[in-house]
Amino acid sequence: MRIAIIDTSTTRAAIISDGLREAGLTDLVIIDHAAGLAAQIERAAPEVVLINLENPSRDMLEDFFAMSRALARPIAMFVDQSDAESTSAAVDAGVSAYVVDGLAKQRIKPVLDLAIRRFQAFSRLQAELAEARTALADRQAIDRAKAILMKRKGLDEPAAYALLRNHAMRSNRRIAEVAEAIVTSEALMGDMP
Amino acid sequence: MSNTLMRIGFLPLVDAALPILARELGFAEDEGLDLQLVRDITWAAVRDRLMYGQTDAAHMVAPLAIATALGCDRPAMPLAVPFVLGLNGNALTVSTALAEALMLDNTLGDPFEIGARLKLEAERRVAIGKPLRFGVVHRYSSHNYMLRYWLAGVGIQPDVDVEITVTSPPFAADALACGDVDGICVGEPWNSIAVDRGVGRIMLATAQIWRRGVEKVLAVRLDGRQADTDATERLVRALHRAAAHFVEPGNTEANAAILSRSEYLDAPRETILRATTDRIRLTQGADAIHYLDFMFQHREAANFPWRSQAMWLYSQMARWGHAEASEVGFAGAAQVFRPDIYRSALAGTDAILPGASAKVEGANSVPRGASSQTGRLILGEDQFFDRVQFDPDRAMDYLEHQRTKPMI
Repeated sequence: MRIAIIDTSTTRAAIISDGLREAGLTDLVIIDHAAGLAAQIERAAPEVVLINLENPSRDMLEDFFAMSRALARPIAMFVDQSDAESTSAAVDAGVSAYVVDGLAKQRIKPVLDLAIRRFQAFSRLQAELAEARTALADRQAIDRAKAILMKRKGLDEPAAYALLRNHAMRSNRRIAEVAEAIVTSEALMGDMP
Repeated sequence: MSNTLMRIGFLPLVDAALPILARELGFAEDEGLDLQLVRDITWAAVRDRLMYGQTDAAHMVAPLAIATALGCDRPAMPLAVPFVLGLNGNALTVSTALAEALMLDNTLGDPFEIGARLKLEAERRVAIGKPLRFGVVHRYSSHNYMLRYWLAGVGIQPDVDVEITVTSPPFAADALACGDVDGICVGEPWNSIAVDRGVGRIMLATAQIWRRGVEKVLAVRLDGRQADTDATERLVRALHRAAAHFVEPGNTEANAAILSRSEYLDAPRETILRATTDRIRLTQGADAIHYLDFMFQHREAANFPWRSQAMWLYSQMARWGHAEASEVGFAGAAQVFRPDIYRSALAGTDAILPGASAKVEGANSVPRGASSQTGRLILGEDQFFDRVQFDPDRAMDYLEHQRTKPMI
């Protein structure tokens, strides 16, 4: 069963294809998003197309699929009413799929389920990554603000941190925001007495 | 009592105005609705979210609502159209190179005259093996069917003399800019954005092809839950008030400012204002011209879902092989539009309620009165550019005539 993967995120496409390969589905084609989607799909002749729900090319692709049917290559949307649960899970996860009409459902379901899990894992990964990046940026700003306060006010480190924290609490802001403001003002006015 | 949550999918287009204003100006809240708007960039995503429960209603191209309800290329999904979000408002914009070849000046020309010039250019391009290619926003879009109707009417056979491809609205100007297509048929503000970028020139307004052409509709999912009927009716009332507000001349500036915001259209306020006040800039830097009823959002009971509008769209879907040519198909399409919900929602309000549920489309060479249950209904001039009328009682004959008529 040949599966084509189209995704605006190349990282996610790689994560999905890894998952499918591990599950023994090795006949995979990753469609390059840059050029001629329709022509690439035509050449690859997949039986299943996995695509991210928000992919900007979907209207064009659906038109292409409808035209292909006119050329006796029937493709229909997989997600149908008879499998509502799996379908909502797919939409929630942001996966969309098209399959050749008549392909046995029990063969497709594992593919879709796997794609859903990989999409979800990717979202979690991104959220964690964003969190980690924020935490790192926060840490750096706080360290720099502390250093500025220590130098300018002659404080030791615990006192500098306490000053930051107390100001944040009083002004109802995050410590990192206060630190950011100190770093910024130092950058602009650091040369002033 | 807390408000009922209702999520509405939309594409960033000027005719998504009514649900946006219903939320922003409190009309929805007055009806006990908490409207949340969910923006997408393809109609496929808007449809999927509606079908699979991520939204409750959607701003949608009318033929897509019909195709989805009838199951044209996938399992049928029951949905209803209780409210039309507007008529027309689209344009046909061509690349500056094609505009030069067609010798377009700074007016909206006669559709027949421009068509005759386009036919010659289309023939020349076929002869050199590079046929003209037009982008429409969806296979099942009024844009596709209006363009095809006009092309066929001036002797240019779609899919044979010119290619027609699909490009989503936010990418239409880019497709024109990079030469993927020679023309686009799209809603505002995307024509004006192409013009202001200097990559396109507006050739025709779709209102020149059909003076009162049905455009976006409100589609709601029918999943048998009784409570939905009540919420749907409240939504219809909120949209009705938003529509009345939208067309008041004193409100246009403030409306455009809301629509332009980053969470809605994310487009220049001035560009949106031009479209909503029927002023169209045809070429980069030119003065905008006034074209009456370029967009038509409310007067003449424009929000009423006439079953005959759905049937005309179905006639074109069948004409181009996108749907089956049958009485059953016409009847199914007519059932998707729900004047009964519109009437029941707006009974007892100031809304004009038409007496009939279908009319002959394109039949008014001058404005004339029509029967109504409440309010006084005058339907304005409504003709197709070729003056052919669509009688819903003779839909199969109309279709048969179009399919067998020899090309000019």
